[in-house]
Formats: sequence, structure tokens, C-alpha cells
Amino acid sequence: MARPTGTSAPTPLATRRAVEAVWRIEAARLIAGLARLVRDVGQAEELAQDALVAALEQWPTDGVPDNPGAWLMAVAKRRAIDQIRRRERFERKREELGRDLDARPDSSEDDYAAVLDAAGGSIADDLLRLLFTACHPVLSTEARVALTLRVVGGLTTTEIARAFLVPEATVGQRIVRAKRTLARAGVAFEAPAGDELAARLPSVLEVVYLVFNEGYAATAGDDWMRPALCEDALRLGRILVGLMSDTSEVHGLVALMELQASRSRARTGPDGEPVLLLEQDRARWDQLLIRRGLAALARAEELGGGLGPYALQAAVAACHARARDAGQTDWPRIAALYGLLARVVPSPVVRLNRAVAVSMADGPTAGLALVDELREEPALRAYHLLPTVRGDLLAKLGRADEARAEFERAAELTANERERAVLRRRAETAAQA
Amino acid sequence: MRFIAMVHADERSEAGEMPTEQELAAMGAFNEELVKAGVMLAGEGLHPSSRGARVVHAAGGTTVLDGPFAETKELIAGFWLLEAKTYEEALEWLKRAPRPASGEFVIELRPVFEADDFGEAFTPELREQEERLRAQAERNSG
Repeated sequence: MARPTGTSAPTPLATRRAVEAVWRIEAARLIAGLARLVRDVGQAEELAQDALVAALEQWPTDGVPDNPGAWLMAVAKRRAIDQIRRRERFERKREELGRDLDARPDSSEDDYAAVLDAAGGSIADDLLRLLFTACHPVLSTEARVALTLRVVGGLTTTEIARAFLVPEATVGQRIVRAKRTLARAGVAFEAPAGDELAARLPSVLEVVYLVFNEGYAATAGDDWMRPALCEDALRLGRILVGLMSDTSEVHGLVALMELQASRSRARTGPDGEPVLLLEQDRARWDQLLIRRGLAALARAEELGGGLGPYALQAAVAACHARARDAGQTDWPRIAALYGLLARVVPSPVVRLNRAVAVSMADGPTAGLALVDELREEPALRAYHLLPTVRGDLLAKLGRADEARAEFERAAELTANERERAVLRRRAETAAQA
Repeated sequence: MRFIAMVHADERSEAGEMPTEQELAAMGAFNEELVKAGVMLAGEGLHPSSRGARVVHAAGGTTVLDGPFAETKELIAGFWLLEAKTYEEALEWLKRAPRPASGEFVIELRPVFEADDFGEAFTPELREQEERLRAQAERNSG
């Protein structure tokens, strides 16, 4: 039955959920707009919080206003002006804004608000400033993640804590400390430009991808808040694309996340056990996300300037997405892409991945030669996938004893019980071969 | 969570009338807002039902009914596929869609089934059956 808003009184719970929804939609714009006025992300976030509290008090009786965002902004701005007045910073602010109000020393609140509004900048600029400030390099990665989810993602402290499996107080502390660090370091509410933008972009992309991976690593039995982090990260990435649509690597990151997310339904079996990429039921891959991912990758490629690490990984993921079944995978292309990636990100893990792709493209002998180059690599000494891959290639070459030894070694190294059992079984199978 | 927001048809959309420039601009601005907020996954407008058909399967056979169809207000004229954190958030977004100059603009919101939603449908009987099959398979291989 139709229930037009306004004719039936919503329950307090319904209103609270509506307020939360408004918050999720408006938080970033609200905090970004306020931060431009008060030049401090921490203070802006507190002002926005106060406005939210006011909404929780008033909306259950007065109803949700027609334009809830404007309502929250008006309340927060009024408080901002009160604060500024109280702290007698009005003069300084006026100078900063470069507006001559001397002719009207008794300017009303409305005039002041109008001056602030005219101070320039679009919502997009404010959001970009907010994102770069929340991901500022003076902050630890953990602090950046928490602050970004809070002020840009519109998540509550409770939600962040549940998603990252840490106590709520810890997240609260992280955010408080992050805000203090930003204030102490005198970080301006600015988005970097030119070379500095290029230098600081990775710290923003890293935060978004970290949030994504935290969600991706969650298992079926986890609280749903954890897998939801994938959606939060995708949303942050899509917002970033709207703000920096001419930056190739931003599209690259979104492409990577969309393509990886497209496989999430196929990644676990009925009992929650992991299903490897080549064994996944491709009918369960999300075709919409694949299309979106491929389109984002195409935009990253169109923008040119050489693909960055995210776009290259997305290009690898795209090879899998395009293959109708595992047998049709374009392994030579994947091997070439890992070769490019190893040049951009000189990591032994990338080289190990390349070795696997080469073995699929050119056979186990070629792959084994590359894996053997990595045996002395200190970073891989305790990495169970090195002996796993080596054991796999040796088994394919019929070198059973060596294969068994490698699988046993891998079983000792892994921290995952389920994986250990699989590796032990492979060691036995190799011995029987 | 995913949601589908279905735009209901009206006399104008069923007559194949195109929206005015003003309406298109307002809808374009709303769509842009949805995209920039990262919540819109897809969205399309549909031709009137006079250009469509219904395929009706029954035990006795299959018939094709060509449009147009009479129940204008029950028909669909377009859709958005949204990804939002909660049902309330999706609803809040739809409340921001542009209002028509006259008449009504009706959007129906429905959550899309997610993998987890099928958890309940996986009844104890089905579970038991699966476990029996698995035990059988293990005996066969052992």
C-alpha cells in the first residue's frame, strides 16, 4: 500500500535509519564544505557531527526536511560562525577571505554566511581537498584508512570497528589522533597540484585499495560489515573517478577493483572453502562488474602515459575476465603484463606471478627457470607460495621427490590450517607419482 | 547491497512522447549526481510497450502477446540499478529525483537478491541431501 511521507508518522527507528542514510549521502560534502570554511578537517567533522545530533533530535518530531543536506549544512554553518565569533577569529578569517567588510562592521550572520559561500570553490574541489587531506602522508596508513572511511565514506566509528575487527575505542582513538596530527602539522586544507599531485596520489589510491582488500580477504562466515568494505572501496574509487577523470591510474584502480569484485561470488565453495581462480565457476562471475571493469580499463588505456601498477594488474584481471573458460586464458599476454609490472613495481612476488604465467604460456621448464632465480630472494624466504609453485612445476616435470620436498616445506611455512592440509595431501600425491 | 529502481510508465511515456529539454536536463543532473557518488551501476530508459511483447509460457505451450498493454501505470518506463549501503539510503537517493512539472513521477524501489539471501532457501532437506551425496562420493573414491 502506498504510504506517502508526511501522512503517517514514521517510527523513531525509521527516522534514525533515515538520518543515517542522509548522513551517508551528505557526510563527505558536508565535511568538505565546512572544512573549506574553518580550514580544519577535524573541526569540520565535529561541526558536521553536531548537526547530525541536532537532526537526530529534531527530525523524529518535525519530520525529515525536504532538502536534508541543506538543513544539515545550515545548522553546521551557524555553529561554525558561533565558534569563530566566540574565539574572536572573525577578523583573521575576514582577512584570509580577502573580503572588505569594513564598511559594514555589524554585518549580520547572513552576510557572513554569504561571504563564506562566496569564498569560492566547487563541491568537487572541496571533496578532492578532503580526500587528499584525509590521506595525507603525515598520517599512518591505519589513521588514513579510518579517517577516510569516516569523513569521505560516511561510515560510523562502530561500522569501521566491526569491519576491521578492532574495538570501537581503537578506531575512535585513531580518528582523534589523526585529526590532532593534521592540526599539529598545520596541514592546509588543500589538494596538491602538478608534480605534488602525482607524488601524493599513490597514498590516496593505497588507502582505497587497502579498504578493498580488507573486504576481499573476509570469508563467508565473517560479519557482513567486512565484505561490505569492498563496496565501500568501490564507492570511494568511483567518487575519485568523478573527481580526477583525466588521471589514468584512478581508472586503473577502479578497473582492478570492479574486476576482482566480479569474482567474489565464485571465490568460495559451499562450506566457505576458497576456490582457486582457474577452478571457479565462471557462470557465477558478475557480468555487470566485468563490463564496468573492462570499460574503466579502456579509459585508463585511452588516457595514455603508460599504465601504472593498478592498471597493469587490472589488465591481468581482464585477461581472466575475457576468457570463457580457464583453458582459453591468454597466458602469453599475462606473462608480458607481469613483465611490465615487475619493471614498475620491482617485487619478487610479482616476479613469482610472472613465472607462473610463463609456465602456463611456455611450459613448466621455462617457468621453473624463473622460479629458481627467486630462490635466494630474502623477501621470499618464508613465503609459502614459492615452494608451492616450485613443487607444482617439479611435479609437472615428473621430478616427484623434489616436488614432495617442496610441498612439505610449503606446508611448514603456511599459517593457514586449511592450506596446510591441502599442501600435505599434495606432498603425498607427489610421492606416489 | 543492490537495488533496482523502476520508473513507472505514464500516458506520455506510453504515447512515445520524448521528455522536454528541461526534464532531460534535470534527469541528467540527477544521474550525474548518482554516478559521482558512486551509487549508480546502470540505468536505462525504455521504449513504450507498443514496441514490446510478452512471452507467456504455460504448461500447454508458449504464446507471444504483442504490446501495447493496457495497464499503463503498472508498466515500466525505465530503471536504475543502484548500489547503496542500506535500503534507507537507496530510498533517500530516490527522494532526490527531479519532480515533474505536472502529474506524477512514480519510482518503485526493490532490493536485488544477494547470494546470502539464498542461505535461508537452502533448506535442511537440501543440506542433508547434499551431505548424503558427498558421503557417497567419498565411499566411491575410497
